[in-house]
Amino acid sequence: MTANPAIYSLREAVVHFGDLKRPVLQQISLRIPRGQFLTVVGPSGCGKSTLLRVLAGLQSLSGGELERSAVPASVVSGGGAAAELRAGFVFQQPALLPWRTALQNLRLPLELGAGSPDDERLLGLLEQVGLSRADASKRPGQLSGGMQMRLSLARALVHDPQVLLLDEPFAAVDDFLRMKLQDSVRSLHDSRGLTTILVTHNLQEAAYLSDRVVVLQPAPRGITADFSVERSRLSPAERRRAPEQFEFLQQLSAALFPS
Amino acid sequence: MSERTETRPADIRTTAARSLTDVLVPLLVLALLLAAWQCAVWWWRISPVLLPGPGAVLAACWKIRVSLLESALRTALAALTGLSISIVLGTLTAFAFSQSALVRRALYPYAVLLQTVPIIAIAPIVIVSLGRGFSSVAVVSAILGLFPIITSTTTGLLQVDAMLLDLFRLYRASRWQMLLKLRVPAALPYLISGIRIASGSSIVGAIVGEFFVGDGTPGLGSLIQRKSASLVLSELYATVGAATVLGTLVFGLITVLGETVLQRRFGMSLGGRVSGPQSGD
Repeated sequence: MTANPAIYSLREAVVHFGDLKRPVLQQISLRIPRGQFLTVVGPSGCGKSTLLRVLAGLQSLSGGELERSAVPASVVSGGGAAAELRAGFVFQQPALLPWRTALQNLRLPLELGAGSPDDERLLGLLEQVGLSRADASKRPGQLSGGMQMRLSLARALVHDPQVLLLDEPFAAVDDFLRMKLQDSVRSLHDSRGLTTILVTHNLQEAAYLSDRVVVLQPAPRGITADFSVERSRLSPAERRRAPEQFEFLQQLSAALFPS
Repeated sequence: MSERTETRPADIRTTAARSLTDVLVPLLVLALLLAAWQCAVWWWRISPVLLPGPGAVLAACWKIRVSLLESALRTALAALTGLSISIVLGTLTAFAFSQSALVRRALYPYAVLLQTVPIIAIAPIVIVSLGRGFSSVAVVSAILGLFPIITSTTTGLLQVDAMLLDLFRLYRASRWQMLLKLRVPAALPYLISGIRIASGSSIVGAIVGEFFVGDGTPGLGSLIQRKSASLVLSELYATVGAATVLGTLVFGLITVLGETVLQRRFGMSLGGRVSGPQSGD
């Protein structure tokens, strides 16, 4: 298997919060190749959300280094200037602006950056995440929790990112909806050639979605296990019932809670 | 898709029923109080020189209706001028406060001073700089309305959801974009809540202003002064009643207007930020 070039390379990353003695992240080294669906699991307080914020550039490192590379050098067109890595972020809550309609919420990333809003493309995006064009003029308050999460997912894709960062995005929705959202995310990952990093404490979700699962324990232990997942060509429903799923789930549990 | 929004007719009904109750219950209390007052006046045969009954007060209202209406309009005009001044100044101050913790720490004590300094103490200063008259009354009214707007709006500008702040940082939003596209709209319910409180204060400010810095032209404040000097108690009560009604009307008008704009235009509600007593569940 040829390793794809890394999109993120963390070397001995350390994060301290203010005056806290114990670091939140300690000596974390992680290489994330392009195109991978990586899931980080771990107990509350292990620093998995902080890790995601570091990758997003929302949290600076106290030590170590993070290397981001947008596109392999050969693909950079023209001038050869390093293209900027674009990342979409989905938060634990939809984090929508309640005073804007769905479409206006989608326009936000473009308004803040240099992009020009092309409403037709945004409406198409709305449909890709499973919303209808009629929803475009609704405010978040008029959408259900699941639809708000879908809108939030669409917003993360508006500026055509190479990376999708997901911070327990399905934690607040019910099981049935969670499964549908999981399938949406995986199919977006595949169809858009994204690199996806998902943070969750749901082991089933990790086993079902990922190409690779990393177990993160609170500092000073750090990353204690790193699994590659073979993804056979199964339909979503078959995959959920596949015996490999249950075997892997057991391995994961064992890694998280060693007897 | 199966996830559709449920419209919630039950919620709408309870809201309507609740706001009707919110109006009817206080009115019932008022009616009971008036009845008790009238009965007391009859029972103990209280002289109208000491305490006129509600009937006599209503009659007085009708008798001096023209001067009541004219005075109320003048006072309302001064109060609304003052309120507008305090909205503009208060919002600008809140912007400054929201942009720098240093500015906030340096100037907040003086904002509190606005609230605590007695009007009688500033009256001479106002008279020296502006003379007696309408503009001085408006200024006193503005001073009283300023504090609630500054504090409420500053709170709103600063209390923005951490996730939304992260979202804007993620797209490298400038300070200016954060203010205009996030903080200002998020602070709107707080601003409107501040204006509500300030509207009551501005009426009080205008009436008190007419006492101390007015030039005696018609106004509810000067009318109260004249009626208390002339000892026609029923007319004094009528004027005080008119002042109360005016304050309540302006407060109610601002509330309805604010809530409508917020809901229709911005899809938000005053929610937990209303300052009045909450109907407990």
